[in-house]
Amino acid sequence: MTPLLSGLRVVELASDRAAYAGKLMGDLGADVIVIEGTGGHKSRRYGPFAGDVADPDKCLWWWNYNTSKRSVELDLESEAGRADFRKLVQSADIVLEGEDPGVLNALGVDHTQLRAGMPELVWVSVTPNGRKLAQLHEPATDLTMLAAGGLVWNCGYDDHGLPPVRPSGGHAHHTASMFAVMGALTAVVHRDLTGVGQHVDVSMIAATNVTTEVSSVDWLYRGATNQRQTGRHASEHKTMGIQVQTGDGGYCTNPLGLTTAGNYQAVMDWLRELDLADECPEFFFLQMGVERGGVSLKVLGTDVEATEIYRAGREALYLIASKLTTAEFFVGAQSRGIACGAVYAPDEALADAHFLSRNYPVEVEHPELGRSFTYPGLPFSGAKIPQTIRRAPLVGEHTEEVMTALQ
Amino acid sequence: MITANIAASKSAALSHIRICDLTGLLAGAGATRFLAAFGAQVIRVEQPAHEKHRWDFLRGGMSPDGARQGINFGGNFNNHNVEKLSITLDLKSPEGKELLGRLASVSDAVTENFSAHVMERLGCGYEWLKSKNEKIVYVANSGFGKEGPYSDFKSVGQVVQPVSGLTFMSGLPDQEPAGWGFAYMDHIGAYMMATAVLGGIISRNRTGEGQYIDFSCTEAGIGLAGPGLLDSTVNGRPMRQPGKPNSNADNYPPMAPHGIYAAAGEDNWVAIAARDDDDWARLAATIGEPWATDPSLASFEARAARRGEIDGKLTEWTRGRERNELQGAIREAGVPAAQVARPEDRIEHDQRTASWGLWPEVEHDEIGKVRVEGIPIHMSKTDWSITRGAPCLGNDNDYVYSSLLGLSPDEIADLRERKVI
Repeated sequence: MTPLLSGLRVVELASDRAAYAGKLMGDLGADVIVIEGTGGHKSRRYGPFAGDVADPDKCLWWWNYNTSKRSVELDLESEAGRADFRKLVQSADIVLEGEDPGVLNALGVDHTQLRAGMPELVWVSVTPNGRKLAQLHEPATDLTMLAAGGLVWNCGYDDHGLPPVRPSGGHAHHTASMFAVMGALTAVVHRDLTGVGQHVDVSMIAATNVTTEVSSVDWLYRGATNQRQTGRHASEHKTMGIQVQTGDGGYCTNPLGLTTAGNYQAVMDWLRELDLADECPEFFFLQMGVERGGVSLKVLGTDVEATEIYRAGREALYLIASKLTTAEFFVGAQSRGIACGAVYAPDEALADAHFLSRNYPVEVEHPELGRSFTYPGLPFSGAKIPQTIRRAPLVGEHTEEVMTALQ
Repeated sequence: MITANIAASKSAALSHIRICDLTGLLAGAGATRFLAAFGAQVIRVEQPAHEKHRWDFLRGGMSPDGARQGINFGGNFNNHNVEKLSITLDLKSPEGKELLGRLASVSDAVTENFSAHVMERLGCGYEWLKSKNEKIVYVANSGFGKEGPYSDFKSVGQVVQPVSGLTFMSGLPDQEPAGWGFAYMDHIGAYMMATAVLGGIISRNRTGEGQYIDFSCTEAGIGLAGPGLLDSTVNGRPMRQPGKPNSNADNYPPMAPHGIYAAAGEDNWVAIAARDDDDWARLAATIGEPWATDPSLASFEARAARRGEIDGKLTEWTRGRERNELQGAIREAGVPAAQVARPEDRIEHDQRTASWGLWPEVEHDEIGKVRVEGIPIHMSKTDWSITRGAPCLGNDNDYVYSSLLGLSPDEIADLRERKVI
């Protein structure tokens, strides 16, 4: 098997901003060499730590974002380090970096300074506002970029006394990194044909701005400002709730409600199965839902009878949910053809039977600790998709191996 | 010879690539949108007019002024399908299937985000596509992937996000999950799908072999949990715990203060993040009140232990001030701060998007001139171009069926008459 991106060498300057981009390309088979300063990149101190021991080789932030890479330790502040960096760049198809604008230029190792003699090189920069707008540079973090970029405005609760919510996990970095990968690969496709490489300039704030679905389009198209609502799409007008509490205190979503006649029949059958038909005051409406041939989402709010039937369908689902666990309600609804999602914590999802059966979680060997740990795998399957990923490198683990091979 | 209506300024990056595009909605259409902006010829294959219930759900809608409506007026459809071509084709008819095979034979990739087993049921799965084009790159995108017990489950953004754990990761302590106010995973699914198409083409260029890539959107979502997921699998610390998540405060690396604070006026908010002790010292000096400059808060550990108390006092300070004033003063001190931008703030009044060219205007055949989203990357030699709106249904039938597939005008008229196209 030839892994998807095998044959591509990525030289990455360790960063918060582009680490996920390097990981994705590495997991897909590219040879990714991550360059760290002396003693290792600062993200090795972010935590949490394996065994709660603050050790740069046990940092789970580093482990998560640097799988399938090799580490070379070198000091860009020294002439010798810069000479090594130039040699590494000469061996690369793609350089990936997330330095503030001007930093590499001051060191004499920016793409404009290194490109001579390397017309095929693809160089990807990930910065908060893009290199194009370097003059607007300002301090920023994941939180402030997601706030400024429009994501946060859409997330939160019906109660606007509570602050809007910024989903945690590092999504300003994830989103920008995805565009870094797409840009890098686009440039490689073009280079494969023409022999011409180029600079790819990624703006994190722009990446967040175009990753808010209807929020941007509703404004651009018709000047509408959507308002946040609990657990569902922000909307210009208040919509019905879609989140339902289950008997074990968890939650499920039911984003589409009941729309087809089959949906209404299935819920009636489900209520009977659970011996709940008598507890359901809306049962009569469900029968109407069957007789009408279902309810189109497009007539909600205008057709009074249809709206009442639809509302009754949701009430019936709430009743069923209150008697079941999150997993039971999720699988029960879906196997009856009703769109439903269990609000799992990510580790609960990783342990779910479906994802296990697909070998999505992977065991990653940590020979330095004499054991393996479970990691999320790649979301792709196919003959050229690698089945395994390698653990993140120790500080400078491959310096000698990589530099020797360049001699 | 009928030629496709293509802007002269089109990017050369992918202009040699043709995509036979069976995708829809955002999770699929967003992928080919990116490729089209970089010059790929993306041919959307859509159901003929008599099959109207099977069109992309986003296709229909109202014009921006609400005066007109129809199958070509969907605002989101227009945004997601700029720079593409549209043909109609009844995939359920034998002739339709044969034409799909001919289109696949002259394409580099086939993309689809139908429910998991639709292509197989149509008899158009990978083996069939491969028999038409040995080197085809076929990328399928579904909520749960084509294998496994949930592969037939219904899937939209608000199913993928909860099941993958992303909804859980968005909330405040002692509240129900807040989740995401939009289909974030439709975007990520699109980005992953574009990555798979590009990777497949690069791989084909090197090996001479095509391939089939099955993408599962829910799995992509699990992979975005961040380092907290490894804290569970490595340290045995479950992510579901009392008081968690506390999304506005939670961060790796940890910071304090770190949150979203009320500003003056209605529903106005400012995000503030003190990355380290120096940030805090400068923020405290900006606040200039004794509680803030108290040396007992100088260390991160002390501030983290008193997070709730500090958030309360910080809110008392922010609440009386305008959000712009807060953002300016805190940034001036060198500390990350940003108002929670409304759509109009970031689209109409933010130099970082305007100067980037992030909201290009396109010409749509029925809607007219309308702004859409641009691309958040610029390439120095073959940059993107977005000038054409989404295609009207079947707009490019004549070009594709005649110039590309070699059918005569009579044959095309006959297919149209019999509703194959």
